[in-house]
Amino acid sequence: FAGLSDISISQDIPVEGEITIPMRSRIREFDSSTLNESVQNTIMRDLKAVGKKFMHVLYPRKSNTLLRDWDLWGPLVLCVTLALMLQRGSADSENDGGPQFAEVFVIIWFGAVTITLNSKLLGGNISFFQSLCVLGYCILPLTVALLVCRLVLLAKPGPINFIVRLFVVIMMFAWSIVASTAFLADSQPPNRKALAVYPVFLFYFVISWMILTFTP
Amino acid sequence: MAAADELAFHEFEEATNLLAETPDVTTISRSDPRTPEGQVAVAVGSGGGYGAEDEVESDKTALLQEQQPQPGFWTFSYYQSFFDVDTSQVLDRIKGSLLPRPGHSFVRHHLRNRPDLYGPFWICATLAFVLAVTGNLTVVLAQRRDSSIHYSPQFHKVTVAGITIYCYAWLVPLALWAFLQWRKGVRERMGPYTFLETVCFYGYSLFIFIPTVVLWLIPVPWLQWLFGALALALSAAGLVFTLWPIVREDTRLVASMLLSAVVLLHALLAMGCKFYFFQPLPLEHMAPAHQDTSLHPNVVLTPTPPRPMTS
Repeated sequence: FAGLSDISISQDIPVEGEITIPMRSRIREFDSSTLNESVQNTIMRDLKAVGKKFMHVLYPRKSNTLLRDWDLWGPLVLCVTLALMLQRGSADSENDGGPQFAEVFVIIWFGAVTITLNSKLLGGNISFFQSLCVLGYCILPLTVALLVCRLVLLAKPGPINFIVRLFVVIMMFAWSIVASTAFLADSQPPNRKALAVYPVFLFYFVISWMILTFTP
Repeated sequence: MAAADELAFHEFEEATNLLAETPDVTTISRSDPRTPEGQVAVAVGSGGGYGAEDEVESDKTALLQEQQPQPGFWTFSYYQSFFDVDTSQVLDRIKGSLLPRPGHSFVRHHLRNRPDLYGPFWICATLAFVLAVTGNLTVVLAQRRDSSIHYSPQFHKVTVAGITIYCYAWLVPLALWAFLQWRKGVRERMGPYTFLETVCFYGYSLFIFIPTVVLWLIPVPWLQWLFGALALALSAAGLVFTLWPIVREDTRLVASMLLSAVVLLHALLAMGCKFYFFQPLPLEHMAPAHQDTSLHPNVVLTPTPPRPMTS
């Protein structure tokens, strides 16, 4: 710093400009901080994001959180839970049983991909993974319905048993549809909204049917 | 101004509607000063028929296609052009497939050179799932009447239904289109339908089976056959009326063989679905007759454990 004392700036040259901290160094600073943080912090951050999205599904409001910060952890967890609990309801013979794990998994993921492709082909302005994220998270009410159905099935079988299960599945099916259309319907032009929503209806109907016909 | 009136496109729509209703007319379009409103005069005459209407339609298509160069098949917007329909258009096409009228070709009247893939794809998907669901429901309802019938979810039926319906809705139009292309030389006036238009009207013609399948839940056999026959008649009539203007210029033998093959395949699909998914279950079985049910070929009973050991 000793050499700098010799430098002088003449008074009539205007010195102006902006001094800003370039963003790159700030991000580098963040990166190194997430690298050094404890594993618990990393996991908790992701878990909190997933949990926040679950809350958005359970209380559907017009918000962009599900769309903006999409992730596929939630859909994966829900899909695996659903497929594990639904597989091979009655294992009498190889053919006459409930769906296999792979069948449920394939139906959910290929169904979601098909609906997303359909929505994009119709001219919607939602991105591929955002749509997958929304569809996957909105399976949450139906997963809750499956858990309730399993508990109800522990009781004595009979028509009341069936009525209760039917009621719960219908309520959760309606909840899923309302939650997903709250996020997806805005992305389509108004004269094609019904065309984009109908496949979502069919998708959740099939999942609800699999849940309702589940017999342990 | 008279010139602006002459350019109004709604005149073509009027002419097309009139032509569609009375197939034996020709149109003469007059742009001379004697008709300052630029009316298109419709003269009733013999012959012409679908040929004249086809000229009007092909002029419009040529105009449309000139304005939009077709993107390559590797781009996303190529496939987007097949989904360029509105809700009202899809509903209108579905209504058109439910009520076929002689002389009305579904392709000419409803598709109007804008076939879409949305209808066929989702109608097939709906039909496959509805078949599997209602087939399952019949077993449930039968079990409530007669507890000797064993209920199982039978999820493999979804796979079978899906594969059957999609193969029918795509392979049969492919064969039909290939056959019509092969016979193209015999026809002078009408160009054949494109592959997409064939797939499109086949897909929409399957729509009537969706309510029919739901109505098949009613366990009264003669009613089921009645609904099945009605649906088959309407659906096959739609197909025949659409194909008639193309095959009637062919030789009698080929035309009749083609139309009967189309109707036969459609009937096979309907009956195959009925027998596979709605196996006739016994209506009355008392408890003492329980040991007789093992002889009945259609009832699914709980199999004995040695079955996995024999595989």
